[in-house]
Amino acid sequence: MVGVDDMLSVENLSVSYGAIKALHGISLRVERGEIVTLIGSNGAGKTTTLRTISGLVRAAAGSISFEGVPIGKLPPHQIVRMGIAQAPEGRGVFANMSVDENLSLGAYARHDKEQIDKDRQRALELFPRLRERLAQSAGTLSGGEQQMLAIARALLARPKLMLLDEPSLGLAPQVVATIFKIIREINAGGTTILLVEQNAHMALNVAHRAYVLEVGKIAMEGPAAELAKSDEVRRAYLGHG
Amino acid sequence: MSKLFEETRSLKAPVWGVIPRAAWPLVVAIAIGALIYFGVSPLVGGFVSKVMLIVGINIVLAVSLNIVNGYTGQFSMGHAGFMAVGGYVAAGIVYYGSIKLWGSADPAGGILSIVQEGPKSGPLLGKGDFLFVISCLIGGLVAAGAGYVVGLPSLRLRGDYLAIVTLGFGEIVRVILQGSHDQIQPWKAADAAAMPVYELAWKLGGPKGFNLVPTYTTLFWVYFWAVLTCIAAYRLKSSSSGRAFLSIREDEVAAQAMGVDLTKYKVRAFVFSSFFAGVAGGLYALDIGAISAGDLNFIKSFDIIIMVVLGGLGSISGAVLAAVILSILPEALRDFQSYRLIVYALLLIVIMIVRPQGLFGVREVWDLKIFKRRGGGLGGSAGGAP
Repeated sequence: MVGVDDMLSVENLSVSYGAIKALHGISLRVERGEIVTLIGSNGAGKTTTLRTISGLVRAAAGSISFEGVPIGKLPPHQIVRMGIAQAPEGRGVFANMSVDENLSLGAYARHDKEQIDKDRQRALELFPRLRERLAQSAGTLSGGEQQMLAIARALLARPKLMLLDEPSLGLAPQVVATIFKIIREINAGGTTILLVEQNAHMALNVAHRAYVLEVGKIAMEGPAAELAKSDEVRRAYLGHG
Repeated sequence: MSKLFEETRSLKAPVWGVIPRAAWPLVVAIAIGALIYFGVSPLVGGFVSKVMLIVGINIVLAVSLNIVNGYTGQFSMGHAGFMAVGGYVAAGIVYYGSIKLWGSADPAGGILSIVQEGPKSGPLLGKGDFLFVISCLIGGLVAAGAGYVVGLPSLRLRGDYLAIVTLGFGEIVRVILQGSHDQIQPWKAADAAAMPVYELAWKLGGPKGFNLVPTYTTLFWVYFWAVLTCIAAYRLKSSSSGRAFLSIREDEVAAQAMGVDLTKYKVRAFVFSSFFAGVAGGLYALDIGAISAGDLNFIKSFDIIIMVVLGGLGSISGAVLAAVILSILPEALRDFQSYRLIVYALLLIVIMIVRPQGLFGVREVWDLKIFKRRGGGLGGSAGGAP
């Protein structure tokens, strides 16, 4: 099951919040260069999975390894330094800080100034809107712009693996389309992406492979295109009767 | 804000290039301290000078507390405790140090530390001044150590819980210091001189307080430290550590996701903050010539918190302005002394309703619109109403 090219592999991961079990032993893997999506309804454990990978939540059982190194016991700030960056759910921009400072914080764990400047330029090319708003407080941006900022900020960590938590949440369809287009561009630039989404249609469209999460268990997995065609997924997540 | 900083630095480069970057805060601090001590103080007279001295100490306290409560968004209620630690250490070193070194606890300062009316004469620094400066530094360092010890376990807590722990810390310091042994009085200096240091270290006067300490604190020293505190706080704010502090305050989870080590930075803020609180304690004790743990209770902590909240959590100039206002106010309202706390409480309520971010929010005076006529060249500042 574990391939040679696995960048991230999660084995039998269980997570509990007090007495409530959120994840019941899930396993998944992400290969280098892929976009993998994790879809499922509210409370399925998607966000918990991401937060456990990035170290914000501790697993009760199971293992997580990144490029062959176990990271399940590392604190979040070290996981960032290994090359996993996250754009948290609900965007999590620093509202009272300027867009510029938000981006600087994205590169917080890095010290290669020249490369940071290049990456900043690249991020601003991907999101030209942000360039116009550099001096503005992040809290005054629109929802879509905040999401762009969250992704740009994660990009500035120069991650090998980027974790995106519901980038389409609360955004207009047109903005969602833009964001997914950019996600594809980021991936084409060589960044592996693990995408958590409720918008199964968009997610399956952009991803190479997908996992369907139901109440803390992996219900289905496979190439995204195949899952998009399966009756079960169509009925439960794509709204086709 | 950081751009302004870069700009001013590059403008000054030809003149200031000779002075290393690390040294110019000292130069500025000495210049401003000397200006206020030699220039302003003789003009305004004794009473105003005394008020200015209280203002200066409160500036150190408010700006330093701002590092924890303002930048990092943690709610510490133990600032007076750190002040007491620094104050007792400094007073103890100066008092017993004088006795040990030159046999008496009389002041032995130069003109920078002798409070006198009229023209000042004599050597600039006396032997006592060196002891005084060192005692304030050590007081600050011990307070910083206390900040580290308190911070490490308790900064894993959040909000209310941290407030309770720091409140508890302040009270513990008070109770411990009030349980210390009797002070050896100046007329028994010979006894003290014969005693080993570790025994003297615990003879801090207990509930009666530590008294008859030679006084050295003058406007020069107070504003020297006030300026150093402000510069340190400003540099911290515009550094990458400062950004990490502010990010913790904005969103702890997102800060972690950026790679900020929460505990490390919270403890770091605490250590910086308590260092300056300790120094302020030293200045306070060696101004009055006495220190009593009973006076440095949670009400004192609360006074400092009000300054920070009024000025704006995260704003250095705001904290300075609030320290000025709230130090002068009680003097102006001396006759209504007993209503002071009512006025404070009302002030807090009104601010929380009308302007919850404080006078300046996280911004500085020079970020305000009226100072921004030069084509918005000072953009990129942290700020904005929530």
